[in-house]
Amino acid sequence: MNEQRPITIIIIIIIIGAVLLTKLFLIQVVDDSFLKKAESNAIQRVVDHPYRGLVYDRTGKILVYNYPIFDLMVIPREFQVGDTTRFCEIFKISKEYLVETYTAAKKYSSVKPSPLIKQISTTDFARIQDFLIDYPGLFVMTRSVRSYPQQSAANALGYIGEISSNQLEKDSSKYYKQGDYVGLSGIEGYYENELRGVKGVKYKLVNVRGVDKGSFKDGEFDTASVAGKNLVSTIDLELQQYGEMLMAGKRGSVVAIEPKTGEVLAMISAPTYDPNLLTGALFGNNYMELNRDESKPLFNRPIMAMYPPGSIFKIVQSLVGLQMGVLTPNTTYSCNRSLVACHNHPSPVNLFGAIRNSCNPYYHQAYRAMINREVSSNTFKDTELGLNTWRESVLKFGLGSPLGIDMKNEKGGSIPSSVLYDKKYGEGRWKYSTIYSLSIGQGEMLVTPLQMANLAAIFANKGYYYPPHMIKAIDGDPNKIPEEFRTRKDVGVDAHHFDMIQDAMAEAIYGTAARAAIPDITIAGKTGTAQNPQGEDHSVFIAFAPKENPQIAIAVYVENAGWGGRAAASTASLMIEKYIRREVKRLALEEYVLVGKFM
Amino acid sequence: MRQDDLYINKIDWISIAIYAVLVIIGWINIYAAVYDEQSIKSIFDFSINSGKQLVWIGTAVLLITVIMVADYRLFENLALILYGFFIILLIITPFIGKEVNGQILSVGFGNFRIQPAEFAKFATALALAKVMERPIFDLGQIKYQIQAIAVIMVPVILIMLQPDTGTAMVYFAFFIMLYREGMPQWYYVLGLSFVAITLLSLGIENNLYLAIAVGVIILILILLGKKKIPRILSLIGIGILIVGYSYSIDYVVSKLPEHQQNRIMVLFNPNLDPLGVGWNVTQSKIAIGSGGFFGKGYLEGTQTKFDFVPEQHTDFIFCTLGEEFGWLGSFVVIGLFCALLIRLVMLAERQKNRFSRIYGYCVISILLFHFMINIAMTVGLFPVVGIPLPFFSYGGSSLWSFTILLFIFIKLDSHRIQLLSRIG
Repeated sequence: MNEQRPITIIIIIIIIGAVLLTKLFLIQVVDDSFLKKAESNAIQRVVDHPYRGLVYDRTGKILVYNYPIFDLMVIPREFQVGDTTRFCEIFKISKEYLVETYTAAKKYSSVKPSPLIKQISTTDFARIQDFLIDYPGLFVMTRSVRSYPQQSAANALGYIGEISSNQLEKDSSKYYKQGDYVGLSGIEGYYENELRGVKGVKYKLVNVRGVDKGSFKDGEFDTASVAGKNLVSTIDLELQQYGEMLMAGKRGSVVAIEPKTGEVLAMISAPTYDPNLLTGALFGNNYMELNRDESKPLFNRPIMAMYPPGSIFKIVQSLVGLQMGVLTPNTTYSCNRSLVACHNHPSPVNLFGAIRNSCNPYYHQAYRAMINREVSSNTFKDTELGLNTWRESVLKFGLGSPLGIDMKNEKGGSIPSSVLYDKKYGEGRWKYSTIYSLSIGQGEMLVTPLQMANLAAIFANKGYYYPPHMIKAIDGDPNKIPEEFRTRKDVGVDAHHFDMIQDAMAEAIYGTAARAAIPDITIAGKTGTAQNPQGEDHSVFIAFAPKENPQIAIAVYVENAGWGGRAAASTASLMIEKYIRREVKRLALEEYVLVGKFM
Repeated sequence: MRQDDLYINKIDWISIAIYAVLVIIGWINIYAAVYDEQSIKSIFDFSINSGKQLVWIGTAVLLITVIMVADYRLFENLALILYGFFIILLIITPFIGKEVNGQILSVGFGNFRIQPAEFAKFATALALAKVMERPIFDLGQIKYQIQAIAVIMVPVILIMLQPDTGTAMVYFAFFIMLYREGMPQWYYVLGLSFVAITLLSLGIENNLYLAIAVGVIILILILLGKKKIPRILSLIGIGILIVGYSYSIDYVVSKLPEHQQNRIMVLFNPNLDPLGVGWNVTQSKIAIGSGGFFGKGYLEGTQTKFDFVPEQHTDFIFCTLGEEFGWLGSFVVIGLFCALLIRLVMLAERQKNRFSRIYGYCVISILLFHFMINIAMTVGLFPVVGIPLPFFSYGGSSLWSFTILLFIFIKLDSHRIQLLSRIG
């Protein structure tokens, strides 16, 4: 009885196949209503890209906006050129170009649009607009590109570019699609979520030829795009541009901060570039070129370059020593040059004199007193414990880790702990004589120019700072900026310890950086030299002014310019004058800085 | 050694060739389904599903190699162990699995995840073959019928709990195999009538028409046959049962969860909810229907390019084929499936041992069921049930499980001479 069953099963298989094919034949071949529905009813999902937010400077001048560009698109199947010569005249292209682009477009797809002419300017667009109607298969697609009208603050503003496949994979929110633009560095990168806005979606009914048949269900499912938020930067454009002018032809950084708020007034990375190079169609080529440039214009020095802090670190040492109780204003050491080199000045010196004269042996001895506190009888152990305790205090000055500025790729520098020396020399095999370079800001210690400017702000504020930031309002609301930029940070040193330090810094100007003095404005400053094994040392200067009511704290780095009193102090002084007086009267000094070339 | 003795010549290359062609056509269609004119990527690009499918295909080839070089007795010996293993896996899946849309279907580590319900199919097939190969096993007896049905129902119940109704339904396909092995015919008559009445009572708006029709048929049967009281009474009884059932089914459906209710009702009237549940079917039919006789051409489909039909590259992959290759393309693919199934029936019938034959029919049952339901669903002949088209749909679990299922049988078939006949 079961012998017929395999036959039955085969018959069932054939029947099922036949039923499916019949049904398919009915809907595919016999009934053409589906074809009509498809023709009238193809629903296209059109992404509505929002306008990216704008960026203004602190005085309301525009730094970044969007600029519309037009691409002329062609759908090869529908395109009828008619008189080729006339066409080429209207659209200002050569016959060869037309043939070449059209062939490529046709090869890609005969029904889908390809660009025929890319990036048509607004004026050209107005001219050709009337002719478009004569040529079926042509339409214009509008896109917008970023534009930086001030051609300034390139590294601070950053740039946007096509999202990488790596970023796409990491995007857990699935917001981005291949080909989307995202902020890749600077403010553009950090505030990507605020600037980008929200994409909208429109569902359009189109027929197979792509002709618009109106919105689907009266737009019931459409969502409107929401423009990105506008940002107000803390940057003072005038000061920024003045600083860029001063730093032209040099390598280095200038960072100016408003001490009371942590707002960055100017952030100059030299050499710089025109930010408009990294927009639009030429992004790729220009980026390659800038990236290859030996002077590294894409390297955002204020937050990425790291140098040993040099003599300026002596102020931090003084403050830590005072707070620990190891130093008092009256602590006196002799300028013993057998310990470490120094320059000619009266000896012995007290703390005030040590800062004023930047005395190396003083700090060699003072630092030993801070490190070797005889907590342990083992000098190796004692040094280890002392170093780590001391390091804790130093880290509070915003050193050793990124300050968290609202820009991408900030470096943190480093303040060494016992771990580093254990690794380098072995546990219990190093003591004070191994690490004494730290006393004068040399050795295994690195800071960024931003951290240095922040130090100046701490000195100005007598012991606190707000983390430096580039944006002071989002959508006009200052309370929308990240919470951490509104949170005061204390460095754990009593305010009264700063009085003497400020006096010494004001005095020091006349000692080591007489050029920096400005008539009627009391500047408190400190020169430094970042040692450069490759060549001439880097010139460093930090300052704040006016001393009585600080409005600006600044750090200037000029690479390969030698000792800090020269190039850096003059630049800082001019910047301070510019910011406080809004104009510079010391034209001779300005001239001196402008002609200085240290590249 | 004579040419005929070579092992390679004992393998059924016809089935393998059809399998390979189906897998390749499927892969090409997956590319078309995910193809995005806004950002064109190569079919080999691993960031899109066609590239990933290629990885699944590659690993499937590896699985085939392992199966073909393994000892042919292994599958029979491992049958019950594998079955037990997957039953345990199904039991623990809700506890260790990953929840997606309220269903816990897969287990695994990190990106490597498998769906036990997919793999339990071939394990159940092996177990059925093992249980039923005994010479005394006779599906004419209730005792053995219960045994066979029990083997099927254990995974069904566990999968229903996940809950994954679509996959659970697939296990009922084993009744095709049971039919071949001698399950009484009237079970099927009864079952199919039951299904037919269900569909009719759901499809006909007013059950009164159905009741009248049943009444007329019963009346004719009474008038035509012998007019004896017991026969008349039993015919009237059957009529009342059918009408009563048709009314009660409407009631039961109204008690079902809404999404299941909608899926059933939309089958009969897709216009009920063209943007909701009917959307899939409507869009799927427009896509396939607009393909015409020759199709729109590869990658030129206009309907399948948008994200509207969910599971475009998995359960609704047939849309892409129908739209871009037209009726001709559908004919080729359906023809290939039928050819493969018929070929497998021929292979199953030439087995000298009962284990291989039963297993072969299990493979036929599952492939036939998937093939029929999946395509019927895309053309609106069957409610939307989330089951893949064998060898075609995107996904590792599905491709692997169908590959394993099929190739164990091809392996067994290649050793049909060595496998001693235990029963004719």
